[in-house]
Amino acid sequence: MAAVDETAVPLTRKDYSSDQEVRWCPGCGDYSVLAAVQSLMPDLGVRPENIVFVSGIGCSSRFPYYMNTYGVHSIHGRAPAVATGIAVARPDLDVWVITGDGDGLSIGGNHLIHALRRNVNLTILLFNNQIYGLTKGQYSPTSEQGKITKSTPFGSIDYPFNPLSLAIGAEATFVARTHDMDRKHMQETFKRAHAHQGAAFVEIYQNCNVFNDGAFEEILQKDKRGSMLVSLKQGEPIIFGDDLEMGVALNEYGEAHIVQIADVGLEQILVHDEHRTDPAIAFSLSRLADRPTTPTPIGVFRDIERPVYEQEVTAQLARAQERSGPGDLRKLIESGNIWEVA
Amino acid sequence: MTPETTTAQPLSLERVVIRFAGDSGDGMQLTGDRFTDVSAAFGNDLATLPNYPAEIRAPAGTIAGVSSFQVHIADFDILTPGDVPNLLVAMNPAALKANIADVPPGAAIIANQDAFEERNLAKAGYAVNPLEDGSLDAFRVYPVPMTTITLEACKELGVKPRDAERSKNFFALGLISWMYNRPTDQTVTWIEEKFKGKELVQAANIAAFKAGFNFGETAELFDHTYEILPAKLKSGRYRNITGNLALSYGMIAASQQSGLPIVCASYPITPASDILHELSRHKNFGVRTVQAEDEIAAISMAIGASFAGNLGLTTTSGPGVDLKSEALGLAVSLELPLVLVDVQRGGPSTGLPTKTEQADLMLAMYGRHGECPLPIIAADSPSGCFDAAFEAVRIAVKYRTPVILLTDGFLANGAEPWRFPDVGDLPAIPVDFASEPNHDGAFWPYLRDPETLARPWAVPGTPGLMHRIGGIEKQDGTGNINYDPGNHELMVKLRLEKVMRVQQDIAPVDVDGDVDADLLVVGWGSTRGFIKAAMRNVRGSGRKVAHVHITNLFPFPSDLGDVLRRYPKILVPEMNMGQLSRLLRAEYLVDAQSLSKVQGAPFRSAEIEAKIMEMTN
Repeated sequence: MAAVDETAVPLTRKDYSSDQEVRWCPGCGDYSVLAAVQSLMPDLGVRPENIVFVSGIGCSSRFPYYMNTYGVHSIHGRAPAVATGIAVARPDLDVWVITGDGDGLSIGGNHLIHALRRNVNLTILLFNNQIYGLTKGQYSPTSEQGKITKSTPFGSIDYPFNPLSLAIGAEATFVARTHDMDRKHMQETFKRAHAHQGAAFVEIYQNCNVFNDGAFEEILQKDKRGSMLVSLKQGEPIIFGDDLEMGVALNEYGEAHIVQIADVGLEQILVHDEHRTDPAIAFSLSRLADRPTTPTPIGVFRDIERPVYEQEVTAQLARAQERSGPGDLRKLIESGNIWEVA
Repeated sequence: MTPETTTAQPLSLERVVIRFAGDSGDGMQLTGDRFTDVSAAFGNDLATLPNYPAEIRAPAGTIAGVSSFQVHIADFDILTPGDVPNLLVAMNPAALKANIADVPPGAAIIANQDAFEERNLAKAGYAVNPLEDGSLDAFRVYPVPMTTITLEACKELGVKPRDAERSKNFFALGLISWMYNRPTDQTVTWIEEKFKGKELVQAANIAAFKAGFNFGETAELFDHTYEILPAKLKSGRYRNITGNLALSYGMIAASQQSGLPIVCASYPITPASDILHELSRHKNFGVRTVQAEDEIAAISMAIGASFAGNLGLTTTSGPGVDLKSEALGLAVSLELPLVLVDVQRGGPSTGLPTKTEQADLMLAMYGRHGECPLPIIAADSPSGCFDAAFEAVRIAVKYRTPVILLTDGFLANGAEPWRFPDVGDLPAIPVDFASEPNHDGAFWPYLRDPETLARPWAVPGTPGLMHRIGGIEKQDGTGNINYDPGNHELMVKLRLEKVMRVQQDIAPVDVDGDVDADLLVVGWGSTRGFIKAAMRNVRGSGRKVAHVHITNLFPFPSDLGDVLRRYPKILVPEMNMGQLSRLLRAEYLVDAQSLSKVQGAPFRSAEIEAKIMEMTN
């Protein structure tokens, strides 16, 4: 992401933090994501004036107000579209999208999938807390079936989205997952997403301690992470477990499933390759855990190259100018049959 | 047939209205367009009215599938595409049936005799052939075997009969070109260009065109041709143009004169898509176009582009405006320049996608939640779409506000000669991006210009001016989120006051007609020509009438109230149920009478004339 004007002056987290009081509920997972992003910023080498944070509506969408960058807090679900407009107009800018499971997957699902398939150069952080927080606790498109909420007193019937399956299905070129309990992992993931040319989609498991507390505790409690988080590392066999005794292998249908390494041998364990153009294995990995209650992969699922939308738009402009020269308004207006009345 | 020139001298006409009608697959729009272009190049004044079904190919031969193109050509400055045709070209029975009600007694009908066979007659609902049963005795009917002669003309070319048959529209064009003494070489060149690389089609079309022309000359069916001399229009240089094309050029001109690159994000919708098509061709002007995934995305992208310092533009029709309303509210709240073009069509819902209407005025005025004012501009002729687009951009940029530009299906597709401006005379549209902090070393995104109340436009990439804005109510000046009741009321009033200040920047009302008139006709948008034509006739009868045509629908020109109150009676013809008349009544407490028409077609000037006569009796 080439920025407009890089200078050598070292910047700090403070340079990227606005003076606005942060107003999330005490204990909200959003705080740790904000801290991770703010403190990562100086490392990314982009000056604050060349960065734009765009959000929709929801708790997480207040995020841009806390960044000392340019920012648009837009309307519900439309952040990817607003961000696309910014990127198309100004491919030189570093554009981030902050969205949530309601904003990005329900009301704005259409814009999200289209930004991904177009491969607009956006870093998209989807805060998934599996609940509507700002409207005080209705079930979301990622809530588990049977969820009892204010709008579903007898349990929700809706079958949930798997955000990563959706992104991979839309052929996103970069797809990753991280969680709000591990700043280092978040920063590594965000850094990779930011470095990616094209649309980078990061799902963040984020705890809403008011309306959906503990949604991820079965995999994120410190003592469970070893056996429940399957860390994906490029070029390495996918293994996990407190004693690294477990692994992921492909069955005869090419579907990822969990095995005991002792049962199958290490050579049967899937070696992670995020650069595979074919999305099938990445998709299968995204289905490894039905819900965040069984061993769940985190890290980069997919990172492939495809032409970047706004760069292609710019290239078409350049080609048109090469072919026809810069636009000549007089020639345009005075084209076709002209006649003169004396 | 022995070629032989017509002996009779051409009969001189001041004007003629010709309607080409056929099946939607018959190429009537192309034929009409071509005749229009030739007439324009010849120097006639003209106006056109295309009319086609929403279906791409409705069942062949049915009434539902009839497509027509009316063109009015004259040797003087005309104002409308004509109320009724003097000549109807009917390519099949359905075309005759669908249009005959509009044809006045005495007018001519040229019918493709070959198409009047049993199957087609039945499809059109004729029990007997109307060309033979005397039912058309009131008209001058000329049955011409167009298909047969076209096939004959193409026989030697090796074209399959089915393909040759499709050239019959060029036969019709050739015949009408002969009849009205249009030059033929331009059309031949045009066919060669248009069908380049398709030699057989090219040859067939040229053969059919020439056959039509020669048929007129040799078949002793018509006793003379007609001549319509070039019009004595205001001096200047002219070209023919449709509304959608003029609007596209206006946007490009505004982009050039402001230095703001265009980002046009739109979703395809009839009858607005041609603007997107046109703009997407001009990438060498730095125009970026995005075909968005939906209407909401389209305007959201335009907002993003404007935030980033480009000129955000989105083009649509009524159903798209419905969908964009929330994002329009965001643009009002963000106070960013943006132009939304609404090419109005018949509603509600999907309504009449290809037919014209003016029923989105209230939608433009009030179609958003909260107090959400924005300037509204309406184009009033096809070529006027150029000026309206330019003006919409100027106001949007100067006042940092979204602007709705209203046109309609008639303006979009209708054509007329355009006395185009000299590019050197186009004014600049000044743009002043913020470059410095504006408040004690800090940057306040809502610190306003005292004259226009516009807020500073600080674009990303500018050091020191980083700011966050959104749809939540913000504090005046700082732009910080603010829910204070007093501040909200202040902001609501400021947003309105800012838009009202556009009044200081627009021309006063231009009254056409008698100062002591008994009746003032007030119109907006595409009714202009029809009202003017009606006025000509009424004045001819000695009555005193005046006409005001409003371009700025919000805010109205500041002297509009004074003008309205000068006249004892006010008539407001509109292609809706009286939307402007209600606005005038509400704003000025005047007795504005509505003349309403919602038939998916423009007024006939005679309808307006009759109402004026009634009200001035």
